[in-house]
Amino acid sequence: MAMAIRVFLILLLFLSSTNLGYSLYEDQVGLMDWHQQYIGKVKHALFHTQKTGRKRVLVSTEENVVASLDLRHGEIFWRHVLGTDDVVDGLDIALGKYVITLSSDGSILRAWNLPDGQMVWESSLQGSKASKSILYVPKNLKADKDDLILVFGKGYLHAVSGIDGEVLWKKDFAGESIEVTHIIQSADKIYVAGFFGSSKFYVYGLNADNGELLKNDHTVLPSDTFGELLSVSGDKFVVLDKIRSKIFTINIKNGEIRYKQKPISDLIKDSSGQAVILPTRLPELFALRIDSHVFIIKVTNEDDLVLVDKINNAASLSDALSISEGQHAFAFIQHESSSIHLFVKDVNDWSGDLLKESIIIDHQRGNIDKIFINNYVRTDRSYGFRALMVMEDHSLLLVQQGEIVWSREDGLASVVDVTTSELPVEKEGVSVAKVEQNLFEWLKGHVLKLKGTLMIASPEDVVAIQAMRLRSSEKSKMTRDHNGFRKLLIVLTRAGKVFALHTGDGRVVWSILLHTLRKTEVCEHPVGLNIYQWQVPHHHALDENPSILVVGRCGPSLAAPAVFSFVDAYTGKELKFLRLPHTIAQVIPLPYTDSTEQRLHLIIDINQRAYLYPRTPEAIDILQREFSNVYWYSVEADNGVVRGHALKSNCIQKVVDEYCFDFRDLWSIVFPSESEKIIATATRKSNEVVHTQAKVMTDYDVMYKYVSKNILFVANAAPKARGEIGTATPEEAWLVIYIIDTVTGRILHRMTHHGCQGPVHAVFSENWVVYHYFNLRAHRYEMSVVEVYDQSRADNKDVWKFVLGKHNLTSPMSSYYRPEITTKSQSYFFTHSVKAIEVTLTAKGITSKQLLIGTIGDQVLALDKRFLDPRRTLNPSQAEKEEGIIPLTDSLPIISQSYITHSLKVEGLRGIVTVPAKLESTSLVFAYGVDLFFTQIAPSRTYDSLTEDFSYALLLLTIVALVAAIFVTWVLSERKDLQEKWR
Amino acid sequence: MDKGKGVMGSGGRRWGVDFSDNSTSRDIPDPPGFSRASLDQDDSTLSRQKKDAESNWKAQKAWEVAQAPLKNLLMMGFMMWMAGSTVHLFSIGITFSALWQPISALQSVGKIFEPYKDNKVELLGPKLLFIALNLGGLALGVWKLNSLGLLPTHTSDWVSSLSPAQEVEFSGGGLNLG
Repeated sequence: MAMAIRVFLILLLFLSSTNLGYSLYEDQVGLMDWHQQYIGKVKHALFHTQKTGRKRVLVSTEENVVASLDLRHGEIFWRHVLGTDDVVDGLDIALGKYVITLSSDGSILRAWNLPDGQMVWESSLQGSKASKSILYVPKNLKADKDDLILVFGKGYLHAVSGIDGEVLWKKDFAGESIEVTHIIQSADKIYVAGFFGSSKFYVYGLNADNGELLKNDHTVLPSDTFGELLSVSGDKFVVLDKIRSKIFTINIKNGEIRYKQKPISDLIKDSSGQAVILPTRLPELFALRIDSHVFIIKVTNEDDLVLVDKINNAASLSDALSISEGQHAFAFIQHESSSIHLFVKDVNDWSGDLLKESIIIDHQRGNIDKIFINNYVRTDRSYGFRALMVMEDHSLLLVQQGEIVWSREDGLASVVDVTTSELPVEKEGVSVAKVEQNLFEWLKGHVLKLKGTLMIASPEDVVAIQAMRLRSSEKSKMTRDHNGFRKLLIVLTRAGKVFALHTGDGRVVWSILLHTLRKTEVCEHPVGLNIYQWQVPHHHALDENPSILVVGRCGPSLAAPAVFSFVDAYTGKELKFLRLPHTIAQVIPLPYTDSTEQRLHLIIDINQRAYLYPRTPEAIDILQREFSNVYWYSVEADNGVVRGHALKSNCIQKVVDEYCFDFRDLWSIVFPSESEKIIATATRKSNEVVHTQAKVMTDYDVMYKYVSKNILFVANAAPKARGEIGTATPEEAWLVIYIIDTVTGRILHRMTHHGCQGPVHAVFSENWVVYHYFNLRAHRYEMSVVEVYDQSRADNKDVWKFVLGKHNLTSPMSSYYRPEITTKSQSYFFTHSVKAIEVTLTAKGITSKQLLIGTIGDQVLALDKRFLDPRRTLNPSQAEKEEGIIPLTDSLPIISQSYITHSLKVEGLRGIVTVPAKLESTSLVFAYGVDLFFTQIAPSRTYDSLTEDFSYALLLLTIVALVAAIFVTWVLSERKDLQEKWR
Repeated sequence: MDKGKGVMGSGGRRWGVDFSDNSTSRDIPDPPGFSRASLDQDDSTLSRQKKDAESNWKAQKAWEVAQAPLKNLLMMGFMMWMAGSTVHLFSIGITFSALWQPISALQSVGKIFEPYKDNKVELLGPKLLFIALNLGGLALGVWKLNSLGLLPTHTSDWVSSLSPAQEVEFSGGGLNLG
């Protein structure tokens, strides 16, 4: 019998383990995960609205995306995300069927098929010198029956065949050392114009057939020039002089240069501000901006300048659009307080407007950055116009007939930082959720589910069940749930806009374009840096809303002053903002909160002073209490130095500021600069929870983990091997890794990988670090794990001490005890190169860990930490096998079912964020890049909850049936008893 | 011990046949070799004899009851061997029953030996044996528990949920914000 039970149990175990894959079933896709596709801020847009085929707009963006969008709905027809250093410089349509893109500083030219986006050809254009790159697709210019595409890049002019991308001829301009800015076509000649220095103007005339140099001419302008040269029409240019008081008009008719100059004051009376020529291309016209006014100036045939119009408060101008033979239109925008006005004017006729519309746009989208227009023929044969607008928050709008036809939140393609916030607690009487279902619906749903379980559902029912699961209102409610799956993901984008996304369905709950991160006179080039949880109320302070802190800086340099914004996490309102008098180099959230649950933050400026926020006396009190225990370290990657500091005293400066503190240097680690350069660092997450400090080995032995938050992983590479893979030989490449205690500056562990080089991606969790690098000798990527153990605790082996509680393992620990450290490490080959690496976090840290690896294919792979166990051996003993130690293999397996992104791609993947759910088994994962992806994962399966497809209806039915059966049998037996008694 | 209880109900004997009564068969000559003299004793000796027999019988029964756990012990041993050394429902059930039986038996030692209580019967010996055997059973159960790894006899059993020590110092920082 025991044997039978054993067999049964083994069978049970086997059955349950077959279910243990990490993969999803097909019908589970989209239940817990969502995926959003974006393109980024549009740089160029081309409309393609021929009568046949779908109407579309082709765009290239700052995220290096080339895409074709549906003009009716704004959906993506096709999209290609080029690499991060493959910046798109030019976009055009050739032969009416190919989309031509020029990228990588004018060295890669590609043609994409217009309807489906397949690549038709690609040519790599060689060059020697970095220069401006120009893509020019001439109309009707043929060389040997080939349609030509002219490309200037890297100092060469290339003529490329539009049909197959073959380079027909090329001309070297690198030797001429002129800065080519324009390519002009006139009949079968090509003129190339540009400056040498800033005053010598050159023009070269070339034969379009073979690139033969026909003539050249140059002239020296009487003074230096300012800004870009603007082409007004085929052979005319305008440019400002150095002091921006005169306009030069240059004419290169037939390759001969003539120029005229005219002071701006002659054209425009009482002009005081600095003039700028706008890069808007208008036929025979150009736009000059002085302060907030835009002046439209016509260049006559005699190269004279005539002021045509003055537009006040013009925000943005479009390029000219040819609507019919000799008729050109262009659009501009005027901002008013609540709405914007869109004007479309005929270039040759300034008296009237072709179109004048007022549009109301959500002011959280900011001002209009760029505008592209397109025309269509109305039923009454007049012209209608649609305008594609790129907003300040990088979103994209299509406006037609005064209405916003569609909008895209493309700011979300450039997420800078992510944090999370809990949702409000569900209160009685307050209906936060609008999507509550009634009882009948609930019952209907469960009956359907029951049908599915009992396999009596018809195909329609199956479809209904799937639809019900996908749009389950439960997951998108606006209240906190018991399992902690519903949260707000708060993301900061490059445009300075903060979005709150619901984890249930990814919708935008609120968004705010931060006042402090908008371009103003005080803050010319604001940059959003990071986002922190400022106030997380729980327990006694639950009445208050949580708030977040957005940290920014007025400009890209470290010396620019800092700005703070505090945003309510529930409503998305800016609570207050601060323009700080000091700079910002680092933000250190301290592990202390005040009575209102505001977290204390130390802001370190570039002069190594610390400023305490919030600026309240209470915060000072809290800090004073922990004064001697607060340390700070800085990593100077350029100098190869890691320094440790401690708080010293209040700042010594003229104005007394009790919230400002000076530091004293405690220690420094100087890496030898001739052999090591810092390339990567990693620390533990401040919110990571570790369940236990002991690790139990197979033979009941115990190893004590060295669990410390004050620990830093530094990876250094040989100076020669800092570049791309392949630039250094294995002999001159090495990788040195350090594990450093950041309080005492003690090096806990140091290891050298010979013949290896970066890029290094590392993740630190609990007592281990995993890092990824390239092994030049093996020509493969490797991943290594280092586990750190506290040897000084290892002699705590007496059971009686624990029984009686006479051990000091949980008493507070100081780094100054200098515990003895041992490490275990192991390296494994890994097939992929890696874009990001992260580890799952759970609420209590009991669940086993998975590494989340953002692969080069823009997918996220979940890899069990068990595979990166330094204790793996070739032949594990029975006990080790039972413990779950996998036999040693030289490479880490990539199981295709363990891609948590399943069939999707997170294009341009840049980061992965994990957040613990309240349910211990589950971790929430958010991956961002050009696309956004969110899912829940359970590294050890959901051992603490019933599965989502558990049929409560079936359970209920069973219970009801049982109760009924009991009742019936009871009645029957009573009756029988009675009969017996009568007998 | 169940058998003992069955025979010796708590009220003692209900009926009996007294074979020593010889008053009715005087006429019949005694069988050859039978000496009546030995049976012809006075009442006091008769009752004392009776009592002796009873106490002997009680002592014997008490020893029997005391030895009963031995069988149990062997049976448990066999069951444990069958159950194997991995932790699952069956082995845990057996182990816990092996632990529970001796404990409950030990709790009711007095009750079990009550029917055999007699001035003349020395119950200490059987009781001690009974206790010893039950303790043996308990030891077997504990040994089984240990061999299943369910006894916290290793350090690992005490530290596996030991939360990490708090740190006195706090240190933050890193690379400068880009």
